Amino acid sequence: MIADKIVHVSNLNKSYKAVQVLSDISFEVKEGEIFGFIGPDGAGKTSLFRIINTLLLPDSGRVSVFGLDTKKDYKSIRQRIGYMPGRFSLYPDLSVEENLSFFASIFGSTIAKNYHLIKDIYSHIEPFKKRKAGALSGGMKQKLALSCALIHKPDLLVLDEPTTGVDAVSRTEFWEMLKNLKNQGITIIVSTPYMDEASLCERIALISQGKILDINTPEAIIAKSESKLFSITAEDKYSLLKLLRNYSDCKTAFLFGENVHFSCRSENADKDKISEYLRLKAVENFEINIISPNIEDVFMELMTR
Amino acid sequence: MYTFIQFVKKEFLHIFRDYRTLLVLFGMPPVQLLIFGYAVRTEVNDANIAIYDRSKDYISCEISQKLLSSQYFKLTNYISNESEIEAGFRQGKYKVVVCFAPEFSKQLERTGNADVQFLIDASDPNISNLLYGYISSIIADYQNTKINKLSKAGWMVTPQIKMLYNPEMKSVYMFVPGLLALILMLVSALMTSIAITKEKETGTMEVLLVSPLKPSIIIIGKVIPYTLLALLNAFSVLALGVYVFGVPFKGSFILLLFETLIYLGTALSLGIMISTFAKTQQVALMVSLAGLLLPTTLLSGFIFPTENMPLPLQFISNFIPAKWYLIITRNIMLKGLGFSYIRNETLILISMMVFFLIVSMKKFKIRLD
Amino acid sequence: MISDKKVIKVENLTKRFGSFIAVNDISFEVGEGEIFGFLGANGAGKTTAIKMLTGLLLPSSGEATVAGFDAFRQSEKIKKNIGYMSQRFSLYEDLTIAENIRLYGGIYGLSNKHIKEQTNILLTKMKLIDYKNSLIASLPLGWRQKLAFAVAMFHDPKIVFLDEPTGGVDPITRRQFWDMIYEAVSEGKTIFVTTHYMDEAEYCDRVSIMVDGKIAAIDTPSKLKQQFNVKSINDVFVRLARPNMALNQ
Repeated sequence: MIADKIVHVSNLNKSYKAVQVLSDISFEVKEGEIFGFIGPDGAGKTSLFRIINTLLLPDSGRVSVFGLDTKKDYKSIRQRIGYMPGRFSLYPDLSVEENLSFFASIFGSTIAKNYHLIKDIYSHIEPFKKRKAGALSGGMKQKLALSCALIHKPDLLVLDEPTTGVDAVSRTEFWEMLKNLKNQGITIIVSTPYMDEASLCERIALISQGKILDINTPEAIIAKSESKLFSITAEDKYSLLKLLRNYSDCKTAFLFGENVHFSCRSENADKDKISEYLRLKAVENFEINIISPNIEDVFMELMTR
Repeated sequence: MYTFIQFVKKEFLHIFRDYRTLLVLFGMPPVQLLIFGYAVRTEVNDANIAIYDRSKDYISCEISQKLLSSQYFKLTNYISNESEIEAGFRQGKYKVVVCFAPEFSKQLERTGNADVQFLIDASDPNISNLLYGYISSIIADYQNTKINKLSKAGWMVTPQIKMLYNPEMKSVYMFVPGLLALILMLVSALMTSIAITKEKETGTMEVLLVSPLKPSIIIIGKVIPYTLLALLNAFSVLALGVYVFGVPFKGSFILLLFETLIYLGTALSLGIMISTFAKTQQVALMVSLAGLLLPTTLLSGFIFPTENMPLPLQFISNFIPAKWYLIITRNIMLKGLGFSYIRNETLILISMMVFFLIVSMKKFKIRLD
Repeated sequence: MISDKKVIKVENLTKRFGSFIAVNDISFEVGEGEIFGFLGANGAGKTTAIKMLTGLLLPSSGEATVAGFDAFRQSEKIKKNIGYMSQRFSLYEDLTIAENIRLYGGIYGLSNKHIKEQTNILLTKMKLIDYKNSLIASLPLGWRQKLAFAVAMFHDPKIVFLDEPTGGVDPITRRQFWDMIYEAVSEGKTIFVTTHYMDEAEYCDRVSIMVDGKIAAIDTPSKLKQQFNVKSINDVFVRLARPNMALNQ
């Protein structure tokens, strides 16, 4: 066991009844990194996280956390993990402060003892510390749940979709907080269905339907992408999209914000040919650029492969 | 220990924040007691009575007169032959037969003591209980106003009351022990199982499991507040029964407390067992209601005497903890019996508790699946 | 195409809960055939506003007409003329596809014959006909969300309210979902949609951004970006919702 590997998973399989939710998963998480699992709901992220934090046992494969076996040594692992389940598991009838002090106490700690760890995060919600957790907004619940997962000073944070259902601003704030925690030496494993959050992780695993599509740094994953990608804009996005799909050389055409991301089957596709086609179809004021794909483009490429 | 205290504190917060449930828990028992207590206490007037007087002397006649002149009894007929008594009861002609032995007054004069025998049809426990009361007070009144003035050497007329068909005389007094059994079961088993499954539903159980918290701490921490709550509730019912409804409390309070704790333990371990099976509050609620409350009310002997049930039901009733607790409380409260008389029932309860606890511990998961 | 006819008209709409003002004096209009993106941070009052527009909650003051009916007095008529789908609740998981459609058709008073015919047409079009008798629980999330959208339009409403319809859905299905939205609009429907995906905000004809119970901005995505001189709607959003944070960056 190499010391700087916090989590080590090899050839892991897990099924519920007839459904294989995780198949042949292998990866490592290094000490002090932010490792992200990017994938839609139902990809198996939650099951995988529960296996890492000893709540579930795999059907086959090896899983070790801090070099300890998740089956035999689950007690020692649990001491050192901070877990935030997908649903912000808080007690809605307890106040912000009561929730936090309870979660501190189950690890034999107090708020005061580790206040410095959560200060940055908790200060956002501290003005509302008397308010019941059930009455908080999504963003505030998320911050409280993170505070609760941190209050016992864990070595590893396991965050299952911490940003789902939270608005874009709170999400940005949240990632800022994770970066600060990483700088304090905490290893973080996080999952998200938002592809744009991938670039905020140091390394990511793209996961879909129980399989890992790729693992690497976000930049390396993007660099590996094979197809040449065009970003095309026009006044009427939807008719543009339909026209592009009817283009004989079309491989993929997806809406992407205000643009359509477009790739061709043939190797030698270029701007001119596409422009010619669009002009032929009487599209006005369009603009074509060759772009490098983002994680979402790559994800879709891998999904359709 | 610090962790444990914090856990219990949290449970109390949950309980006090949910004031509606609290209101139901503490409001319902007195209301039930009032309903049952008063509903069964309807007046009985003109109950049919037959007289079998083999003495026909002045005291026996005076006692008969005294009975009939009250508003409670109405004479149907005089009986001349003992063999007629049974038939009359069977036909429902009368509820009570008064029997005077031959030479009633002479017996009183000679020995200073004479027994009037009352046979009461106790198939309706409430009515028979009322009649019992009326008879006792009429005879006592006669003793006070008449015999005591006549007697020189403390003569006593003693009513000898015999309940027919339902000798144990289930009645309103039986209601308090029954309600005790029900409330303890409700608060402990139902509330604990719901409190535990609630954590599963909100997902907080996931966090608790991932923490180093021991399962035993989680369970004991959940159970303690409800134990206290249940005890408090039980004593309020007991006090109400004894002081408002005059239910007799003949036995040892300490013994009752001891037995109550055992029963509580059984109910709590049952609640824990349910929560290890049930995934949602709804399931826990359904199982507790259908599997605990209904049998506790219907099959424990609380409302319907078990001995009158068909055999299969009698058999099932043996598996209901409340049945044994009911026997215990009735024996302690109403009959004033000591531990040696309820040892077997106590042992049954303890073995049930041990069984439930073993099953729960085997089933309680340190993981999710 | 967006017509001049307004199918949602909101003027000075306000909702108070005790002393708390959840929706504070908002006004806007949505034209027929428009995709209107209704954005806002958690707790900004979006959900309350949608509840008022869908007839689930009575406004405190102001005016609102939806599909030509008054939100104060005609909430039952509104409910009949709109479709509604949310991420949290859409279809009954323990019923089959056909049973769910039957149920919704029945709720809106459609005839049995009509329901049967339309079910087959719809499922054939969505390539789900083989799964007609499958339980919803057995379908992948993306399919469910697409199906839920189709079911919300089954009674042919003029306006469809979509409350975070694509949360957690994979990127390909998410785009297929938007294809469905565009198709619905091409058939003359109006779409009122909320989302946390800022790229989806760009797919809307117009978006409004709610902050603290008020509408802080409302325009087409490109004009909003121009107005705030930023590159994406996400930046517009951050500027409006957390002015301090935007300055720090």
